Amino acid sequence: MKLLLLTYISSILLLSIFLFQDKELEESINRGEEIYSDFCINCHMANGEGVEKTFPPLAKSDFLLNKREESIRGVKYGQQGYILVNGVAYNNVMPPMGLEDEEIADVMNYILNSWGNKSDNMVTTEEVSMNVNK
Amino acid sequence: MKNSIPIIFVALLSLNFSCAQQTENEVNTSDNPPFTAELIIDELQIPWGFTFLPDGSMLITEKAGQLIHFKDGKKNMVNNVPAVYNRGQGGLLDVVLHPDYANNGWIYISFASEDGDDKGGNTAIIRAKLNNNSLTDTQLLYKATPNTTKGQHFGSRFAFDDSGYLFFSIGDRGDRDVNPQDITRDGGKIYRLNADGSIPSDNPFVNTEGAKTAIFSYGHRNPQGLVKNPMTGEIWDNEHGPQGGDEINIVEKGKNYGWPVITYGINYSGTPITDKTEMEGMEQPIHYWVPSIAPSGMAFVTSDKYPDWKGNLLIGSLKFQYLERLELNGHKVVYREKLMPDIGRVRDVRQAPDGFIYVAVEGKGIYKLIPKK
Repeated sequence: MKLLLLTYISSILLLSIFLFQDKELEESINRGEEIYSDFCINCHMANGEGVEKTFPPLAKSDFLLNKREESIRGVKYGQQGYILVNGVAYNNVMPPMGLEDEEIADVMNYILNSWGNKSDNMVTTEEVSMNVNK
Repeated sequence: MKNSIPIIFVALLSLNFSCAQQTENEVNTSDNPPFTAELIIDELQIPWGFTFLPDGSMLITEKAGQLIHFKDGKKNMVNNVPAVYNRGQGGLLDVVLHPDYANNGWIYISFASEDGDDKGGNTAIIRAKLNNNSLTDTQLLYKATPNTTKGQHFGSRFAFDDSGYLFFSIGDRGDRDVNPQDITRDGGKIYRLNADGSIPSDNPFVNTEGAKTAIFSYGHRNPQGLVKNPMTGEIWDNEHGPQGGDEINIVEKGKNYGWPVITYGINYSGTPITDKTEMEGMEQPIHYWVPSIAPSGMAFVTSDKYPDWKGNLLIGSLKFQYLERLELNGHKVVYREKLMPDIGRVRDVRQAPDGFIYVAVEGKGIYKLIPKK
């Protein structure tokens, strides 16, 4: 009986944490979508496809999905020079957008979970604020 | 069977016509451009605007907020530059000199400003003088309201006309359904002021209840090119459309340029904004680009340094990263050519007092176009 109760409580706890984070992620993604259409869409385009040879794609982008820290830094401080995305070289400038850390987390969560991208590991405001320019 | 020949003939003819329509939006490439581009100022991030002082030195705005005085091959950071709202497309924007700068010393600067009570920013215009590497005598001439945290469409460029009026542009600030068609609100407008910032008494809406009286024309989206046509004295703008539908317009007093009621563009998502490209009471552009090139600064070529280009218009493309040369026949674009292919995001282009063309490119710097002998 004791064991059953313990299992019950712990599973409820785990489930609620899981569901809670899920809801939090969903809200962050929704806010991120607005940020995206305000600051990002004119270069990276509506479906994250980018512009050929000019602005790299975000949809199914190996750079975005594998280089999380560098991607956050790019949004936060801007990005300049050569980068390789899905085997294609880009040499361009992305200015820093002047977003707040919370907005950066939101837009990261949006692009990490759109157009076929998937990341359960939510980007938090804390993670963005700890990311410093190197 | 005999009939088929005229049918084929007509079909061919109509094919020709459809081709002719396409070439209107076709850009040609140049195999042998009549210049070499020399990078004269390097290591600039986003050189948004630049101008030439009488001693041959240059003033350059960096979007992030620095005003650079480039003299004798050295960059000096000018002090006492107003704080800018560096967010999205906002920051330190255009810089021009008064046409009589040699006598009055006035420099005009536009920027995104947080001035005011609301959170966010909007476009502001100042004039100031340059003394001992510092801006002095700064006067605020205009500040658009309300502030907003939206990142889009601050404009802004300056132009003086032959009568000495100061024109400047402010984009719709990302609120297209509210600002551009409402003359009681800022945004989506071309403005006209006297050089001291006062409102000309014959501005079109000075007697309209509640109107922003500095407004000269409205229904604009985001004009980031503004220039006087030196042949005619007219003020020309270019403006970013949405996806498709960038435009060149001739700015006339009190007129409505239609955004977002009429446009040749569509939403970034691919959905239509409107099914109308024209309407009575709204002006048509003299040229529009589909697809969008994302036009930035522009300049007319008037000097003798590039004889084949005299009277042509040069416009930077941010999106496709080249300098576009447009041949004109009056108010009609008759030929487009791509110069400096893949150079980078071309932010501004100007003809210097010495007649040479200079081009500002993001992440690179400023190039001088040196004619080939």
